[in-house]
Order: sequence, then C-alpha cells, then structure tokens
Amino acid sequence: MPVPIKSTLGMLGDNLRKRKSALPLRRRAVTGWTHGLNIPRGGETVLYTGQMWQMVPAIDAMSRQLAKYEGRSSARLFSVARSMNKVLNLTPFLARTSARERAAFDERLRNIAKLLAAAQVPFGYLYEDDLYAGGLAHDEGLDDAFRVQAQRVADALRRHGVRRVITVDPHTTNMLRSVYPTVVPGFDVQVKSYLEVLAERRLRATTKLGETATFHDSCVYARYEGVLEEPRSLLKEGGVTVLEPEMSGKLTFCCGGPLESLFPGKSAEIAKRRVGQLSAVSKRVVTACPLCLANLKRVAPADVTIQDVSDYLVKAYCPAPVPT
Amino acid sequence: MKVDTEFLSALKLGGEFDARLCINCGTCTALCPLGVELMPRRLFRYALLGHREGVLGEAETIFSCLLCRLCEANCPAGIHIAENVRTLRTVVNRDVYGLAEA
Ligand code: SF4
Ligand code: SF4
Repeated sequence: MPVPIKSTLGMLGDNLRKRKSALPLRRRAVTGWTHGLNIPRGGETVLYTGQMWQMVPAIDAMSRQLAKYEGRSSARLFSVARSMNKVLNLTPFLARTSARERAAFDERLRNIAKLLAAAQVPFGYLYEDDLYAGGLAHDEGLDDAFRVQAQRVADALRRHGVRRVITVDPHTTNMLRSVYPTVVPGFDVQVKSYLEVLAERRLRATTKLGETATFHDSCVYARYEGVLEEPRSLLKEGGVTVLEPEMSGKLTFCCGGPLESLFPGKSAEIAKRRVGQLSAVSKRVVTACPLCLANLKRVAPADVTIQDVSDYLVKAYCPAPVPT
Repeated sequence: MKVDTEFLSALKLGGEFDARLCINCGTCTALCPLGVELMPRRLFRYALLGHREGVLGEAETIFSCLLCRLCEANCPAGIHIAENVRTLRTVVNRDVYGLAEA
C-alpha cells in the first residue's frame, strides 16, 4: 500500500492554492542562496529556479517521514493532517531539514550563477517572485490547481517585463517551455536551461579536471526536452571523461524520484537499480537534476559519489578567487 | 462490464488521450521500471471501453507511473503513454478523490 493518495495529493493542492507552493518555504529559504552574489532584481533575462533546488531537501525530509507510514493503515492520520494543514501550514513540521543539507543544495544554485557570470551572460533574479512552477500538481493530474499556479507565474514574469528565462532544473524547464504555452494564453517567454545557455556560448574551461565519471540523464531533460549533448560537451571541455551506463541518453532509466511522495518504497527500489547500473561503470556519478541527485544519493553505498554537473563545471570554468 | 458513456466523453475532453492506436505489442510493459504492476495495455483498454470501475479500481497503478517515458521511447505506435496516464489521474482525482476544484 502507498501512503494515502487522496490526502497527500489534497495537501499538495491545498498548499498550492493557499500558499502558492507545493511545499511552502520561508522567504529566506527561497532567496538565501543569492547572498553576496549581487544579482540585480528583475530584467529581461532572469535566472528562474522555480524553487526546485530549495525544495528538494524538504521533499527528502518529508518523504522520510511519510515512508514511516507506508504500508500501515494510516488513512485517518493523513486525512486529519490534511484538514489541519488547510488552516495551519504543517510543512515545516513534516519537512524539517538541517542547515547543512539546505546549504549543499543552495550551493548548486550559486555554482550556476557563477557559471553564467563566467560566460558573461547578463541576468537578474525575481527574488520573492521566483515562484514554484507547479510541476508536481501537473504530473499528479491536479490540473485546476496547476493552471492557477501557471497563471500566477506568467503574471509575475509579465509584471517584471521578463522576455527570457534561464532555468536550472529539468522539471521547471519542461513546465515553462513545453507546458505553459498550452495552458497560459499568449505565453511566449523564451526558456532555456543554463546547460543550453552555457553550451551555446562555447565557454572554454580554465582548468582541465582530468576526472572520469558516469553521467545519469534525467528522464525529463532527455526525453521531454532533448537536453542530451549539452552537459556532456561541457563536462568534456572541462576535462571530464564521460562514461555511459547501461540505459543512457534517450533510453535513460528513471531515478525513481517521481514516486518519492506517494510510494517511497518503490521509489527506493528503482533508485537502487539505477545506482547499480551507474556504479557498474564508475563509482563517480554525475546528475543534472536536484530530484535525481537526492533520490540516488539516498540509496547509494558509501563508495559511490554522486554529484551535480554544476559541481564539476564550476571547478572547470570558474577561476578560483585568489586567496588574500 | 458496464460501459459508461459519460466517462468516455470525459476522457475525450482530455484531448490527448490517444491509446486507441495501441497494437497490444507489450513493449511498454516489458520496459517499464515498474514492470508488471503497471499495465498500459489493460488500463487503456478499460478506458477506451468506458469501463469506469475497471479504471478507477486501478488508482494505485495509475499513480505509480513515473511519467518517465521509457515506454514511449520504444512504443511502435508512438502513443503518448505518460500523457494518457496523466489524463487518467485527472479523472481519478475528480471522480474518486473529489480533488477537482481550483
Ligand atoms: S508499446 Fe505502445 S503499442 Fe505496444 S502495447 Fe504498449 S502502448 Fe500499446
Ligand atoms: S512512463 Fe510510466 S508506464 Fe511508461 S515506462 Fe515510465 S513508469 Fe512505465
């Protein structure tokens, strides 16, 4: 048995409708990663996180909580939780994360901002208007709640006069680029992943890393958005020998992440299979999605290192500051 | 088996539901990371036949799909399997869970 589907989805819908996010985070948790980077507010081109990197540590913590209830008859508990959540935001209690986990995920956003700066791409940020794009509601078939959220995001972009968006994860890329134009009339913002933006600029590495790793394609980048070559070419130019696992590119195998909240047990089984395929090729694994990273990391044995592509790229392309 | 015409038209309203093109080859089931538990062929048959109870009784299966599209990458009929599953989710949310209202 999964965790009770109705109450879990109900909570997601309620949060989105009332609090404008699947997992409402405090403002500082959303924008804290920008500290000291001096990213201007707004502008025609913005880096848009859709709160995914900030939310994943919380999703992770919540799914650990929920996993305790998987397989038990906990329908009543969940329905009480849902009714309470309507009036009082329960998320911070269900999804308690450590500062260290949050900082590690925030660091990836900082990596990306530094990489764009190194490629001389001018960009701003929307700070409190960097809203969640609603992907989970879309995927779970909560179409009405999703539409409302998509319109909110589109309105925020319009209000700030945004013409181009640079995304930092596959799910937000897919929502804004492929789904929004079908649900928001007249949505014509240009959307590119930072990997596409960097690859287009043919940035030269300042350091050749001389490392070897196996690349895990995210299903959404590979099969929904066609982002396949960009991370590979950027890694190669950075001096990383990219190995291909069994099931790669267009035929990649899912990390199990999408099942995390409703079926944590099944999600972990799929993640283990994937870690097995990846680590058979190299004990160093590179991902390009916060959900893949968290889900694979959770089940990886101690001798397998899983890192985000930006961890490698920042070392290869951003000259280290001179110590003073 | 009871055919529910209202249910059938609700699925058509979903627009993208293209499972009628399925040739029943079984490739999707063989490749799916969830294996035998998720059966697009059986689910889609129920849906196309308007067998409401058949579809709604598979709620757990419907919500276990990863929407990963590995099946689609190999489907000889080019069916949008993941989008069809998503359409079934909207129906279950509305008809079984009462989660439709915005
Ligand atoms: S792979 Fe396509 S045609 Fe074959 S059974 Fe699955 S949905 Fe039908
Ligand atoms: S999209 Fe769903 S049915 Fe298709 S392979 Fe992935 S989990 Fe299986």
